[in-house]
Amino acid sequence: MILLFLILVPLLSGILSFSVKGSAAKTLALISSMITLGLSAYVSATNYKEAIVFSCEWIPMLGTQFSLVADGMSSMLCLLTGIVSLVVFLTNLDKDTEAPGSFNGFMLLSQAGLMGVFLATDALVFYVFWELALIPVYFLCSRWGGEKRIPVTFKFFVYTFVGSLMLLAGLIYLSLQTPGTVSYAWADIVAAGNALPATTQQGLFWLIFIAFAIKMPIFPFHTWQPDAYEQSPTPVTIILSALMVKMGLYAVLRWLLPVLPMGVALWSNFVVILSVIGIVYASCIAIVQTDIKRLVAYSSIAHMGLMSAAAFSANAIGMHGIMVQMFNHGINITGMWLIVSMIENRWGTRDMTKMGGMASVAPRMAIALVIISLANIALPLTNGFVGEFMLFNGLFAGDHSAPQIGIMVLAGLGIILGAVYTLNMIQKTAYGNTTEMVISKDLSVNEYAGLAIIIAVILYLGVYPKPLLDLTAGMIGG
Amino acid sequence: MKAIIATTVFGIVMMFTGILVNNKRSVAAIAAVLFAVLLGINFFDLAAASPNATDTLVFNKMLRIEHYSVWFNTVMTGCTLLYVLLMSKEIQRVGSHVAEYFALIFFILCGLYILATYNNLLMMFIGIEILSIPQYVLAGSDRKNLKSAEASLKYFLMGSFTTGILLMGIALLFGAARSFNVMEIAAMLHTDALNPLALAGILFIMLAFAFKVSAAPMHTWTPDVYDGSPTPFTAYMSTVVKAGAFFAFLRLFQVSFNGISEHWTLILAIITAATLLVGNVTAVFQQSVKRMLAYSSIAQAGFMLFAVLAVNKFAWQGIIIYAMAYSVATIGLFSVLVKLKDFTYDGFNGLARTEPLLAFTASIFLFSLAGIPLTGGFMAKYYVLLAVVQQGHLMWLVIFALLMAAISIYYYFRVIIAMYFKPGTPEIASPVTAGDRTLLIITCALVILLGVAPQLFLNRI
Repeated sequence: MILLFLILVPLLSGILSFSVKGSAAKTLALISSMITLGLSAYVSATNYKEAIVFSCEWIPMLGTQFSLVADGMSSMLCLLTGIVSLVVFLTNLDKDTEAPGSFNGFMLLSQAGLMGVFLATDALVFYVFWELALIPVYFLCSRWGGEKRIPVTFKFFVYTFVGSLMLLAGLIYLSLQTPGTVSYAWADIVAAGNALPATTQQGLFWLIFIAFAIKMPIFPFHTWQPDAYEQSPTPVTIILSALMVKMGLYAVLRWLLPVLPMGVALWSNFVVILSVIGIVYASCIAIVQTDIKRLVAYSSIAHMGLMSAAAFSANAIGMHGIMVQMFNHGINITGMWLIVSMIENRWGTRDMTKMGGMASVAPRMAIALVIISLANIALPLTNGFVGEFMLFNGLFAGDHSAPQIGIMVLAGLGIILGAVYTLNMIQKTAYGNTTEMVISKDLSVNEYAGLAIIIAVILYLGVYPKPLLDLTAGMIGG
Repeated sequence: MKAIIATTVFGIVMMFTGILVNNKRSVAAIAAVLFAVLLGINFFDLAAASPNATDTLVFNKMLRIEHYSVWFNTVMTGCTLLYVLLMSKEIQRVGSHVAEYFALIFFILCGLYILATYNNLLMMFIGIEILSIPQYVLAGSDRKNLKSAEASLKYFLMGSFTTGILLMGIALLFGAARSFNVMEIAAMLHTDALNPLALAGILFIMLAFAFKVSAAPMHTWTPDVYDGSPTPFTAYMSTVVKAGAFFAFLRLFQVSFNGISEHWTLILAIITAATLLVGNVTAVFQQSVKRMLAYSSIAQAGFMLFAVLAVNKFAWQGIIIYAMAYSVATIGLFSVLVKLKDFTYDGFNGLARTEPLLAFTASIFLFSLAGIPLTGGFMAKYYVLLAVVQQGHLMWLVIFALLMAAISIYYYFRVIIAMYFKPGTPEIASPVTAGDRTLLIITCALVILLGVAPQLFLNRI
């Protein structure tokens, strides 16, 4: 039942929020996200040993059940969703949003969709939530976004929708191969996929992979992303980059790798190469960006590239690293976007060449920026280090041919390039000549609280990552 | 088969009502009551035809009452009732002969019932004619409007020509199978000793049906006729009537030509692909929402053709659920459209601010047409895809169709973008009453219910 509440609480409060006006909507969202966080924390804390399951009938004649399961990976991602949502609503408290009731309503609905994606263990339920998480984001970006919001959001929507439809075709095909007539249960889908011959698996691999590749996004399917991040309002950008792209990676781990092992084996090198191209390409573009929002967007592509490279060069430590890094990247990127939006508010520009001297006018903000940035480039004693260390450990472990090692070294370049653009950004914004601010004030109380949560998680998991490692440990090999 | 008799009687009663009752509103009210009664009679028929009962032959073995047919009749009558309730005011505004419009709709339903139950190609032919002729009249019912007259004439000429093709096909088929009875034809056609006459006949019949369901390459009449006809009648023509023709198409190809499907599947698959391509790509370039809906109905026909292609049990359920989901959503959308003065996309600008309920329900209908999960349209698309994927050898068509569905997002979401994200004040043609709102909410709830809990409905089919 508790898993059902994880979806129902944001869903119902989201629907309720449409009829609420003004600051009451903000309070409602805050309370709802606190409850959700509490529930997901409870789920994460109690399922060390065995997964929590919820199941009831949905459409029996189509072989689909409304079944949810929270194992380590799912509860970790629910926890991430809970934390990020809370921070988003918290920092958004003192912002003037047009029609806050509808805005928060859509935000909460997308949160419900995300929870459903992470928990579903029935392919059709998974697909339904996969789409449902998208629709509210479409409305959020199109209504509250920047100047070019309508074409940009539309592009994003069409890209992901094409992917989803391919996914649907793949899932229908798989469901018909299951023992019995039709079944969408995870175990049945896995059994059906494994039993297929390699050529069929290849075809299905591409059908399903494209959907996830667009969502993650993997080069060359990424072109929707920088524009969408740039044009969306910051809370939505956070949802997109911290949570939505995790849907893609999570789906690869849950619905692709175990289901079509032979198809994956045939194409994994290709995907790893694409991912590494993505890392280097995105990092290089990030270096020359002067728009701070686009810089963070490209850095996010690079980080996701590293995770997908690790996912497709399967190995136990690497897998464990991905889980840890999914969580950490979610936390860090949320922090980055928060800082970026605060900078944008105060300086009235996103052009880094026109900024500087934050450390002298807003010292607390500058400290937060430095800590989060360092976590983003995986400095030891921040959370990023643990995950990235494990990822590379996984990438390099095992026997590899010389070209493979060459590719992995290229992937390693990503870290160095990451340091280049991130340190460059710190230097240009926090230090240097002081430029004039539009609103000269340091952090407000709620911004302070939001950033404090992020930084606390960064430092805590950097020093003592054991809880996170334990939570996700059960998934290895599963 | 009481419904066939009832709808004929009601049609005649309706015509006399026009003489006896002068008030348009009373006429419309009487019609609504009669449609409700007709729906009740259909339920009565439904109770008689349980899933396990053997098919019954009636009217000298000319009609065969099956479980699926009765379900289809009931669902389509339900959609007609919904349509009459939603569009009643607009139908009254088309012209002065309101009673006759309703009478013609009763006759169309009679044709539809025959098409759902024919056991003999002659009955199929009669059914198609009964379905079509009232449509020619309805298309031209706005007599002061030149476009309406043009639509009617165009439709009539092309329709008559197609009738010729259909008759030719039936004649050739009779030459090969020596029977008009669909069951006997099925028994006579064998792959090993297939008469070329039969193949030619099947091709002719397929093309004639392609015309009736507006599938490429026989679709060219659709945009002009749908655009020129009075909007309330366009709504009916593009939904219930089209679904009726589809059901007849499916019946013939499933019952009679099932055994030799390898001879016609490829042609039909190409027709399907062409229909999807033409419908979706052309819809993108339309500036008027009404015309866009005409092309979208071609595109949706492409998906319904999937059910004809798949020769298995999912196909029957698929066509019923598709017809229902598509009809309800399209009728709903048309009932929003007729409230506006300007049928272009710009006419929808800012509707979300002035009429939030209209905009919200229209969005749900558009989601359903686009096939977004938790709406009826998704379940319908899902079902017909399932039917074809199970068939196994048409994966290329499935993937092509899905790409086309992605294109459809463009023109469906353009309406949503106009309603929600563009500034403007739409001109309302007729005031939106509380009754309209209630009906729209019910329609919307039906669309969502069909998407969330299709088993309530599917369990019984």
